[in-house]
Amino acid sequence: MAQQCPNIPEVGDFVTINIGPSHPAMHGTLRVIAQTDGETILKADPEIGYLHRGVEKLGENLTYHQFIPLTDRLNYCSAITNNVSYEMAVEKLMGLEVPEKAQLIRMIMMELTRISDHIVCIGILGVDLGAFTPYFYLFIQREEIYEIFEWFNGSRLTTTFGRIGGVEADLPEDFEQRWEELKPNLRKAIDETDRLFTHNRIWMDRTIGTTAISPEDALNWGFTGPCLRAAGVKRDLRKDEPYGMYDKVNFEVPTGKHGDVFDRYIVRMIEMEESIKIIDQAFQMYKEMAPDAPLRAKVPKIIKPPEGEVYHAIESPNGELGFFVKSDGSDKPYRIKIRPPCYMIYQAFPELVQGEMIADLIACLSSLNIIAGELDR
Amino acid sequence: MSLKDRVERCLGDYATAFVECRGDLCVEVPVEDVLKVIASLKDELGFDFLSDLFGVDNSVLFEKKAKAAKKKKKAEDEALPGDDVPPPPRFEVNYLLLSLERNERLQVKIRVPEDKPEVDSVTGIWKAATWPEREVYDMYGIKFKGHPDLRRLLMWDEFPAYPLRKDYPLEGQGEERHLSYTTTES
Amino acid sequence: MEDWGIAIIKVVFIWVWTLLCATVMTWVERRGAGMIQDRLGPNRAGPFGLFQPLADGIKLFTKEDIVPANARKILFSLGPILFAIPAFSAYAVIPFGDKIVVGGKEILLQVADVNVGFLYVVAIGSMAVYGIVVGGWGSNNKYSILGGLRSTAQMISYEVPWGLALLAAVLVYGTFSLRQIALAQQGTFLGFLPNWGIFKQPLGFILFIVAAYAEANRVPFDLPEAESEIVAGYHTEYGSMRLGLYLFGEYVNLYTLSALMVTFYFGAWHLPYLDMSKFLGPISYGIASFIVFFLKVAFFLWLFVWVRWTVPRFRYDQLMNLGWKSLIPLALLNLFITALCIQITA
Repeated sequence: MAQQCPNIPEVGDFVTINIGPSHPAMHGTLRVIAQTDGETILKADPEIGYLHRGVEKLGENLTYHQFIPLTDRLNYCSAITNNVSYEMAVEKLMGLEVPEKAQLIRMIMMELTRISDHIVCIGILGVDLGAFTPYFYLFIQREEIYEIFEWFNGSRLTTTFGRIGGVEADLPEDFEQRWEELKPNLRKAIDETDRLFTHNRIWMDRTIGTTAISPEDALNWGFTGPCLRAAGVKRDLRKDEPYGMYDKVNFEVPTGKHGDVFDRYIVRMIEMEESIKIIDQAFQMYKEMAPDAPLRAKVPKIIKPPEGEVYHAIESPNGELGFFVKSDGSDKPYRIKIRPPCYMIYQAFPELVQGEMIADLIACLSSLNIIAGELDR
Repeated sequence: MSLKDRVERCLGDYATAFVECRGDLCVEVPVEDVLKVIASLKDELGFDFLSDLFGVDNSVLFEKKAKAAKKKKKAEDEALPGDDVPPPPRFEVNYLLLSLERNERLQVKIRVPEDKPEVDSVTGIWKAATWPEREVYDMYGIKFKGHPDLRRLLMWDEFPAYPLRKDYPLEGQGEERHLSYTTTES
Repeated sequence: MEDWGIAIIKVVFIWVWTLLCATVMTWVERRGAGMIQDRLGPNRAGPFGLFQPLADGIKLFTKEDIVPANARKILFSLGPILFAIPAFSAYAVIPFGDKIVVGGKEILLQVADVNVGFLYVVAIGSMAVYGIVVGGWGSNNKYSILGGLRSTAQMISYEVPWGLALLAAVLVYGTFSLRQIALAQQGTFLGFLPNWGIFKQPLGFILFIVAAYAEANRVPFDLPEAESEIVAGYHTEYGSMRLGLYLFGEYVNLYTLSALMVTFYFGAWHLPYLDMSKFLGPISYGIASFIVFFLKVAFFLWLFVWVRWTVPRFRYDQLMNLGWKSLIPLALLNLFITALCIQITA
């Protein structure tokens, strides 16, 4: 082993194993140095920074619009949410009022992203627990969602969706047809996954009670999103701090009880269903809009927000995704701080996996949905 | 009662300044009292969730402002020698607090001087501060007293500089060329 | 001399046959996965991708043979050999058909009809673990060692219920010879059921099949090579044909285990309610018995694939709990009840 973690002394008969940064179960470039006694983990130390690209530093040297493509590369599983979150922060800083139609388009796209992100999380969780098949059932539908992204944004993964002050284009005409085609298949895939996993004895044994966290601890560690809701805290920024048009749609916020892997999985499964409902309602509202309604607020060519600093957070699929933008009045942001949800969640990792087994470490990692891109920025 | 009034009442003299920007309230407190302030905000006002913690390097901003002020002064042609106010401390550390019950956010700001970059760690109050404090240390070189494990987080341990400081060049200084690789011999 | 010739032909035949099956099995597994998972699977090499195993074989043979610098070279080379030899030799005592009469000479479709065939199978089956442990240890890699250790614990634990389940079947048939066991399953049981082991030993069969999956390191018991936890387990460091031997050995093991299931519990080459020997000529009967036997084996081979792509993997402690706390007591109970029934009816 090249490097020993300073926290973990090499003592006794314990084995220090180095998982990552290139390991089949480490999504992206994560690394965990674990000290094990047989299969039991005595201590685990996650080391991050392998995908550190200095996005925040780069942001200080780019104009406000130039930064949008960089936000794609944060959580590359849900790029649209990142784009919108950043745009909303800048809009808040400038005091822009985004037209309702643009907000609806954003909402539809963000919920599609949420579904695709949860698909990634659940699919990979299944793969890491040894069940390959639901991964394919879900990923075929994710592919369809990406088709929609591609046909709307021109790219699948790194979407660069939206502009400051609104969106760049209207939904294409056949969106309704595409969505109606996709919806039943999506429901079917979710249902099949549910039938393969939820009441599967091995699945239950593997996930129930694994790496559980209490609501108090979860809050103390800064958990947000599905992982916090799985612990039983009903907090969803879409409900609690409604942004966009989320206060005009009806949806349920699912919560778990134990904060274990199973609850995280169930919360995500239900959220996918809820997202489908949200898209339906949002699209209904969209259809009632005038076809020539504005898509973008009046925004100057060169964006120069007034001096000041704001923080704006939205509910990304992983949790609270916030952007702190400080402006000095010039055309470049003075400081951009990203608050990625899994950054806060991942720091609790050593505490979560202590005393569990190596297999649980992997299950925990996938259920937290750690994305290296937004973790390291 | 508005949030500002409540914070004012709770903190008393500790609150040195209030800034409001687009509905976001920011309270500035002295660097020595940050632990006390945060604890009382948590206990009395119910700010029970640490949303984020990060640093900002204000050196360029202050320079710009000083230049602008000088220009203005020159334009006014007022001769007031020796009146140069020392610039405020270079760094700031921001704590984004959230009250889950009232759904309110509050930004607490402390200013940290360059010659004594030391802040009390809030990891005793929120475990959530563990990595953000390490990151601030990594990126700005601000030390957190009482942090259980203050190591670099994103950069490697031997990295000689603090990359998010404004005087650090965007393209780096070629540190990666001096990376030492450890090899194992059989 | 003539007998020797026949024996050699039989050995070569069954060796080639199992190898062929193992090869085709890799194709079946991948195409089956594709079918189950709503995708295509390999379909480029030859019709339906049937030459894919050939291409894989060529690739494995021509790849560079790498021995890691810190590996123990002797153990590292020994591992795959120790794994493959028992896998290939286990089939020696298992029949693959009834008998064929050529030129007035009766040839048993079995390499060797040993009267302690059962013991031979159990003994050889437990040898495979050495290959895994030696390979894992010799690789000098923590993941490999973990995989090897998992495998040791797993195979030793599951050999007990495996053997006990078979033992109960042996009690029923009253013989150690696999041919005698197969022959005993002709006719009907209780007047309306085929006289198959599954109806006499239903619990025994369930125990056996669960333990067999663990013995073969297949999902849901594929912990020794759990790719998401310990990379590839004991064969992490292996490449080229050394890896090929491990993979081949695994599929040959599957074939052997399926054949055992058929021999012990599914009436070997007998069709239910139908005695083929009565209306088929001696040669065609031999061939028919071979085909029937193979079709039954093929079903169980497919079952291995089917299960693999359906269920998740156990955790190490759950695996141990299942083995020691559920399967072994149940196997003992099964043995006890079987013995009791035999005592009463005798």
